[in-house]
Amino acid sequence: MALDQSFVGRTYPPTAPYEVGREKIREFAEAIGDANPAYTDQEAAKALGHPDVVAPPTFVFAITFKAAGQVVEDPQLGLDYSRVVHGDQKFAYTRPVRAGDRLSVTSTIEAIKSLAGNDILDIRGEVHDESGEHVVTAWTKLVARAPEEA
Amino acid sequence: MTAKIAYDEVEAGTELPAQTFPVTRATLVRYAGASGDFNPIHWNEKFAREVGLPDVIAHGMFTMAEAIRVVTDWAGDPAAVVEYGVRFTKPVVVPNDDEGAVIEVSAKVAAKLDDGRVRVDLTATSAGQKVLGMSRAVVKLA
Repeated sequence: MALDQSFVGRTYPPTAPYEVGREKIREFAEAIGDANPAYTDQEAAKALGHPDVVAPPTFVFAITFKAAGQVVEDPQLGLDYSRVVHGDQKFAYTRPVRAGDRLSVTSTIEAIKSLAGNDILDIRGEVHDESGEHVVTAWTKLVARAPEEA
Repeated sequence: MTAKIAYDEVEAGTELPAQTFPVTRATLVRYAGASGDFNPIHWNEKFAREVGLPDVIAHGMFTMAEAIRVVTDWAGDPAAVVEYGVRFTKPVVVPNDDEGAVIEVSAKVAAKLDDGRVRVDLTATSAGQKVLGMSRAVVKLA
């Protein structure tokens, strides 16, 4: 069944702050095999003008996608998550995520489309730090594939 | 932000050093833990096949993370990347052997923008298939 168009434009409450830890950034950088010292060495990060180690560009997805769970699991929206695949992903950064950040995400449903029985959901996550400064916006396109005919 | 590449040194068509990134089942387990994405299609072959996949596949976000390394290694400062977007077109299939799969990434400057920024277009393939589409970054150079 097609998703309810009236959900377009709906904004969910900001999430409780996620505190970005140096060791979490290190763990993520190691998992992607990236030895860039800006991720693990404070002095190297400072030499680039950052107050502390920074996170790889895609790190913030773990935070925004968890926040998007509010949308995905909204029983009123009724998305069948077992059929969902990740279609597109985009980030626009005001500044890099860095250790010590306390980040809150505000998720908004930007668009709902139905194409050949697939439900396509565009979610925008605005990420702000503790002082309310914008850090990054993440756009996530999720595609719920049409159920196979029984 | 201090990129080590100067805007004046590049032009449309400038190629970035290409890289290849190996990915095994162990890589995916590690990425699952670090990212918090424990979807079994990324580690459980039986489950992956039951939902119609040929085998275990890499996290799309893992592929996205690897591809941008071509840009961050080139620019030096990861913060030089001010925009980055991809479309997940085909999965990276990762067999359960010692070799796994390989993601090959190339990139070139597609356009010079204002304010010291350039648009970089990325191409990522695995087993001859394009795995990312519309893969673009906006990069602020020195």
